[in-house]
Amino acid sequence: MLANEGNSVLPLSDDVEFSDMEEAVDAPERIAPVIEFRDICLAFDEKVILDGISFSVRRGETKIILGRSGGGKSTIIRLILGLIKPDAGRILIDGEDITDYDEPELMQVRQKIGMVFQEGALFDSLPVYENVAYRLREQGTEEEEVDAEVRRMLRFVALEDAIDKMPNELSGGMRRRVGIARALVGDPEIVLFDEPTAGLDPPTARTICELAIKLRDLHDVSSIFVTHEMNNLRYLSSEYAVIDENGEVRFEKEGGRLCMINTEIMMLRDGKIGFQGKDEELMRSDDPYIRTFVHGK
Amino acid sequence: MNPLFRFIAELQDVSLLLWRSIISLRHGPRYFAETLRQMDMIGVGSLPIVLLTGFFTGGVLVLQTYPTLEYYSIQNESGRSVATSLIRELGPVLSALMVSGRIGSAISAELGSMVVSQQIEAMRALGTDPIRKLVVPRIAALILMLPLLTVAADIFGLIGGGIVANYIYSQDVQVFVESVRNGISTKDIVGGMIKPLFFGLIIGVVACHKGLSTRGGTVGVGRSVTNSVVTASIWVIIFDFFLAKALQYLLDIGRL
Repeated sequence: MLANEGNSVLPLSDDVEFSDMEEAVDAPERIAPVIEFRDICLAFDEKVILDGISFSVRRGETKIILGRSGGGKSTIIRLILGLIKPDAGRILIDGEDITDYDEPELMQVRQKIGMVFQEGALFDSLPVYENVAYRLREQGTEEEEVDAEVRRMLRFVALEDAIDKMPNELSGGMRRRVGIARALVGDPEIVLFDEPTAGLDPPTARTICELAIKLRDLHDVSSIFVTHEMNNLRYLSSEYAVIDENGEVRFEKEGGRLCMINTEIMMLRDGKIGFQGKDEELMRSDDPYIRTFVHGK
Repeated sequence: MNPLFRFIAELQDVSLLLWRSIISLRHGPRYFAETLRQMDMIGVGSLPIVLLTGFFTGGVLVLQTYPTLEYYSIQNESGRSVATSLIRELGPVLSALMVSGRIGSAISAELGSMVVSQQIEAMRALGTDPIRKLVVPRIAALILMLPLLTVAADIFGLIGGGIVANYIYSQDVQVFVESVRNGISTKDIVGGMIKPLFFGLIIGVVACHKGLSTRGGTVGVGRSVTNSVVTASIWVIIFDFFLAKALQYLLDIGRL
């Protein structure tokens, strides 16, 4: 029997029953946006970064944000975390309007969010164990619980052997995976990936994407995945994770019979949303800008 | 930007950082372990250079002033001369400058590196306020340790002065000690301890502000370190003048 908690795919062909899945997908708590941007505008000095951006991310959904370097992709993530404030518009997290929150209030909101930085952003004076345990230590969690949680998270990213290493002893890919483990401590409802595969070799980038897929399909985590690499987009929008009869995680392709409903792509262009939809629509688009971005010509 | 506007903007940022540091003291979490670690690094770590500075400053003061005092036949007051200069002025100022160079630069380099490698953002994303975690312990440690370092520098300065007076100018140690005793009062010592409290605050706030406002990668870190040391040193010297005047008024010291 296959397990798929997040109901990530719906059958496309008529001969497959999907009424139960539809009901599960349409449940009110699943439709309510976990992240919502309403007409967000932001400019640094004279340069407009975001110009009236509106979008939402549902529970268990992954939003892939594409766009040129410096196009405002990472800015969206910083806005969600409250690290910067918008010039106009509202930001809602879990239905809560956080736009005018002060720092102590934002600290509470950030407890629900895990963030994976481009280079990992590990604390270089702390070993891997302490990096992953950081959030729990700040919360004053008991040592036993900290130890169990850190080991669980490092197992999830397959890095239990690196537990005592310092960040400077790790490869780029390992640093990102430790960054993911650190972000996932406390089981956040939302995980934000800021170009987590930048500069990594294809197999390591694939491993990072598989972790994001597992989070989406097996842990029902809502996520934003900022990238400009088309390989990431292909993995995230065409594969899903299931647990097979042996309890092992397996990655399946959606193929021609299924359509992934929990992954959407948003492309930023000149501070506005240039495209929003499924990967199939993106691939079929005739827009010259999108074609250049997707096909390289 | 106009240099005047830049100065005002920076003054505003520094004041804001200081205000937020003070506000953050109202509620937990408080990082006592981190504060102790900083006190060890700042206090124990800076002790050798501060002692050396104090010792040789005291020595050179006697070396330079003794012939003049001898010309006026008041060479027996050499202890008074060195004690007054050291305890009122040179002890606090030189200790602050040494600590600014050693600790101010280290703080701004550490925080600057954390900024450019996104560690500060990661800290905020993980729900920790960097001001509570990084800034407050460093400022607190500087305020607590700089007066103690100053006292150590003063004592070693007097020892240095005494050795020079005794070995180079053959002055009796007893005469030197007596002159020191007559030359300084409790008010001088209190005044000499008040100044480093402010200097510690200045070095801490400036170094943390420069570190946290680092922009532009590793080059930016270097720039922040230089700016931190230069700015803190200048402010220490400027504040020393106004503090001296205020202490003259409040404690009635430094007047004949």
